[in-house]
Amino acid sequence: MDENIIQVTNLSKSFDISSKKPGLKGTLKHFFKRETKNIEVLKNINLKIKRGEIVGFLGANGAGKTTILKILCGLIYPSKGNLAVAGYLPYKRKSNFLKNITLIMGQKQQLIWDLPPMESFYLNAAIYDINKSEAKKRIKKLSNMLEIEKELYIPVRKLSLGQRMKAELLAALIHKPNILFLDEPTLGLDINAQRNLRKFLQIYNKETNATICLTSHYMKDITSLCKRVICIHEGCITYDGKLDKLLKKISPVKDILIICKTDKDAQELSKSGFIIKNKNQKEITITIKKDSIKFTLNEIINKFDIEDLYINEPPVDEIIGNILVKEKV
Amino acid sequence: MNTKKYMKIYSLFLYTSIATELEYKTNVIIDFVTAILSLVGSLFLLTIFFQNTDKIGGWNFEQALVIQGIYTILNGVTNTWFNPNLTEIVKHIREGTLDFVLLKPIDSQFFISLKKLAPSGILEIILGFALLFYCISINKININLWFLFLSFTTLFCSIVILYSLWFLISTTTIWFVKTWNATEVLRSFLYLGRFPLNSFSLSLRIFFSIFIPIAFITTIPSEVFLGLAGLWKILLELVVSGIFFIVSRRFWLFALKYYTSASS
Repeated sequence: MDENIIQVTNLSKSFDISSKKPGLKGTLKHFFKRETKNIEVLKNINLKIKRGEIVGFLGANGAGKTTILKILCGLIYPSKGNLAVAGYLPYKRKSNFLKNITLIMGQKQQLIWDLPPMESFYLNAAIYDINKSEAKKRIKKLSNMLEIEKELYIPVRKLSLGQRMKAELLAALIHKPNILFLDEPTLGLDINAQRNLRKFLQIYNKETNATICLTSHYMKDITSLCKRVICIHEGCITYDGKLDKLLKKISPVKDILIICKTDKDAQELSKSGFIIKNKNQKEITITIKKDSIKFTLNEIINKFDIEDLYINEPPVDEIIGNILVKEKV
Repeated sequence: MNTKKYMKIYSLFLYTSIATELEYKTNVIIDFVTAILSLVGSLFLLTIFFQNTDKIGGWNFEQALVIQGIYTILNGVTNTWFNPNLTEIVKHIREGTLDFVLLKPIDSQFFISLKKLAPSGILEIILGFALLFYCISINKININLWFLFLSFTTLFCSIVILYSLWFLISTTTIWFVKTWNATEVLRSFLYLGRFPLNSFSLSLRIFFSIFIPIAFITTIPSEVFLGLAGLWKILLELVVSGIFFIVSRRFWLFALKYYTSASS
């Protein structure tokens, strides 16, 4: 468990990106003399990931999460730095390295569109040197875990997005990879399909001790799968550690929903100097520091006539959303 | 390279391609009819050219039919393999699905060049060979093993040259993203390959021998078929096809270093 399966030191990546001004003039200028800027999308990244870990990469759009995943799986050459994934230099794409990893992208698909998923599975099995009887066993087991036995013989184009994503997962896991790179795997899926996918990934990780690197904009994916998160802001790592520690660190507040007995109490409460988050007639939500809970509650109970009171953590989406745009956590 | 593994994978490529095509029966029938009409149209055009003259560029009608036969075979190969696969490279790069190809433990050039197959092109290949067979009788060609070996070798070389040219152009997509037009221009030049090289002016002959090697793609194989080519031309064809293939391969491997994948 202690073995580092991914090691990255001082990794940087820059791209030449062209920009275009709007309008005909801008278009013509862009055609004849393209202005390109060299943009450093990853800056001095250092990280270590242990075998069996599930790590969530968090960041706003364009922060560099997908670029890291693509460098780790060998699709993109890094501009600077050292890296080793499963003991290999990823961008050399050695056959044994590729047999160790898989990449699943929520918005791209590899299954043959007009044929049932089974045909793509057998093709992938042949590519990964898996014989037919072994492939059958693996397909049976994975399809059972993913609950898509019935859909294996229906053309991919006729499957729902959720069913297709499950089939994509099966195609990507048929070679039993040790490292899974998942780039927004639940994108566009409904709540049940998202939950099933997360459940599957948890079981897969438990059974195979596979390492999972995940990016997602659905916080539920991160909170239910990842104990460790890496926050990225404009190409730099701003936090690398446990998710619960991050939440405690960045959210030292609690929300208190107070239901007052009368409108008068509600009005007085709203004028008494608390930070009001929400107000709806007799219901008022205030935000207070965690270390002042006891004092504040005493004050509210003694001063106002209240009907009920709830203490809540602010939603994780809200907390994470706030840190994604911060340079330091 | 593990030949057995690649043969097995190619057999699966064949199967999945045919199964995919057969999902759309009408399309297959239309493609077959188009292939037949295309050949009929080309033959009709050729007869019009020879209506008022016996020779064009030193080639009589019976000999020009050989070029037409070779062109039909090459067009069949283009429609069977190059068109469905090599035009997809542009799509793979634009949409970022090349990621899946590059992450498979298999040669990426093999995968993207041979994954798909359009069966309708095979009919064109058969029609082309049928036309060549007819040409054997009208041109009174003696068939022997040496003749067959040389003919098939030069034909294979022309396929390699055409493939390499197309692949080279498609590879530039890694930098330029959209290169549909360039491959269309190549197809148009191939269209010109239905006529003997000598029927063009000297400057065009030089152009078609050096820059777009139409001479090597259709004319030399036709000369070999008719017993008109010297050994040096056959050797040159071999060397040129080898160089083209190696350059296309090296260029692909070099270009992959610049692949940035599409954004998510």
